[in-house]
Amino acid sequence: MKEFLGFVKKEFYHIFRDPRTLVVLFGLPVAQILIFGFVIRNEMEDVRIAILDKSKDAVTLEITDKLLASGFFSLDHYLNSQYEVEKYFRAGKIREVIIFEENFSEKLEKEGKADMQLLADASDPNSAKMIVNYTRGIVANYLNDLNRELKMPIVIESRVRMMYNADLKSAFMFVPGTMALILTLVSAIMTSITITREKEMGTMEALLVSPLRPFQIIAGKVTPYILLSCINAGIIILLGYFVFGLPIRGSMILLFAETILFITLALSLGIMISTVSNSQLVAMFISAFALLLPALLLSGFIFPVENMPKVLQWLCHIMPPKYFITIIRSVMLKGTGILEVWKETAVLAGMLVFFLGISAARFKVRLQ
Amino acid sequence: MIFVLPFVQLLILVNAATMDMRNIKMIIVDKDLSSLSRRLSDKFLQSPFFSLEKTGISTDEAEKEMLVNATDMILVIPGGFEEQIYGEGRAVLQVQVDAINGMTAGLINAYSSQIISSFNRELISGDGGNAYMTGDSQTINIGYSFWYNSELKFKYYMVPGILVILVTVISMFLSSLNLVREKEMGTIEQINVTPIRKYQFIIGKLVPFWIIALFELAFGLLIGKILFNIPVEGSLLLLFAFASVFLVAVLGVGMLISTLSHTQQQAQFLNFFVLITFVMMSGIFTPAESMPHWAQQVNYVNPLAYFMRVIRMILLKGSAFSDISGDFIAISTMAVVLISLATWRYRKIA
Repeated sequence: MKEFLGFVKKEFYHIFRDPRTLVVLFGLPVAQILIFGFVIRNEMEDVRIAILDKSKDAVTLEITDKLLASGFFSLDHYLNSQYEVEKYFRAGKIREVIIFEENFSEKLEKEGKADMQLLADASDPNSAKMIVNYTRGIVANYLNDLNRELKMPIVIESRVRMMYNADLKSAFMFVPGTMALILTLVSAIMTSITITREKEMGTMEALLVSPLRPFQIIAGKVTPYILLSCINAGIIILLGYFVFGLPIRGSMILLFAETILFITLALSLGIMISTVSNSQLVAMFISAFALLLPALLLSGFIFPVENMPKVLQWLCHIMPPKYFITIIRSVMLKGTGILEVWKETAVLAGMLVFFLGISAARFKVRLQ
Repeated sequence: MIFVLPFVQLLILVNAATMDMRNIKMIIVDKDLSSLSRRLSDKFLQSPFFSLEKTGISTDEAEKEMLVNATDMILVIPGGFEEQIYGEGRAVLQVQVDAINGMTAGLINAYSSQIISSFNRELISGDGGNAYMTGDSQTINIGYSFWYNSELKFKYYMVPGILVILVTVISMFLSSLNLVREKEMGTIEQINVTPIRKYQFIIGKLVPFWIIALFELAFGLLIGKILFNIPVEGSLLLLFAFASVFLVAVLGVGMLISTLSHTQQQAQFLNFFVLITFVMMSGIFTPAESMPHWAQQVNYVNPLAYFMRVIRMILLKGSAFSDISGDFIAISTMAVVLISLATWRYRKIA
């Protein structure tokens, strides 16, 4: 036991003697949360548009005012002819062109209808859809005001409640996701690298001939990272709470226990990667492509799993971060207890046993 | 490995990164059970976006289902719905959406209100309500067209973005780890004692990675063309010209990271940090213009933001050199500065 503690101490020195690693280790989560929180936003504002107004009369000017007053659009400039549209789209300066036909207000007055054209740059399809819908909404509002005296005979009103996240804050989505990402990064990737590093440098042999048993070597290697990961998880939750007002509706103890479970799982993945790779470069490539990107994209972090093709959904089901993110969202934001997340927890626990088993079977006491 | 992995990724990520909503899980709590409420339910079920998970349960039970993620949305049709519609001409529906993912919640809400309002219009016209609506009301017909991607395919948007990430990852990792590896192994000292000049050494190190990354881009474009049929509107020559300058900048970042680190582990951590930050801020998922002002200013020194914008402009819109000349100047300046910085930071001492 004494040898083991000495070994753990040595590993701590390895990490703490290097301020760079330390800064990144703790600076990373903070920076990541702040960046995601402030930069990734669902809503758009100040969308640059151009207007081709062939009438320039009272009505078109009023509609233009309404559009610009919404704060959603900002006018880049007025166009003189339709031929200019292509030029401005290509230069990427504007996202939408609004065209009013000639004699707009006159037609509206006399014939009761007038035509508008919206041209949207759909090279970013989702934004284009949003922009067009928004423009139509504003014009429809304007029309409603015009026709106020006419009443609709039947009105079905729908009251929408946005559950758990009334303000649709994006922080609710990315804080759990970032947590999974950071914990994967710190636990799995750092572990795999530190073990392969000993192999690469040839110092693994020195460790293997020491009185420490192989199990103790590995346990000693990962202990510091368990601690660091816990601190990181704490930092992330606190930041979410204080900076973005993320509630913690469920039990703290459950949250903590699930986090420990995921950290251990990530560490066992790291150990497994280190048993199959002989150089740090290989370990990093496997980590980056097999762990990091899936944690980002195949976990429901940004893109919902349900929208993916079936094959990919299966793939998502073998990704640990997916379950962890579901658990964190449920416990933290919905306030569920273990009864509602026992399935996900069981899957994670099963994966943990599986990966530890593989690593134990593959771990070689001899190097060659 | 360097070649196979990225392309498996391209295949997976492009399909994974989709915002096209399908299979929105919903529960209908129908307290009215009238023919009208059933007609409304049918409207939802006919839509390709919604799939009914359960029906005939109470609101409380439905909310429990939402707690365990078994449903994304609950529609509550109140008792007396039909009576109210025909009697008073107005009724209130309740819609509850799981809003933890704000982006999808917004979409779900948009789809469901579309269905409800079209149901509303149907009732009006079907019940002779048309007479009220016409008369001397004024309407504005809004025609709209989506340029460059008329079917609004999200893949066309994502493939170029993912290509940018792939070439960046490859070139940054290779360049940053390579030098540190030599440092760690001690072989750097052997090079340090040779008469080779600093800049010759840096350039010699980078050229192979530069070629690999460009090749990677070409390969990726080919796959994108064959598998996803992405449009190539603009000049490929221009794209590759821009890419080669961009790659110099990225390799410079990688080199800089490696001169700043002593071990591969440190370099790796810096890599992840810089990469994730750059990627997230580049506007791959959310448009860069909707970011706060300070983030847009940071993007002036983010090479990925330039390439992300330019590759989409060239491929999807056919932008020409004159359209992207500003970006070209910026990325060239960045390339020169970063490479010089890396050369200056590199010391011929161990």
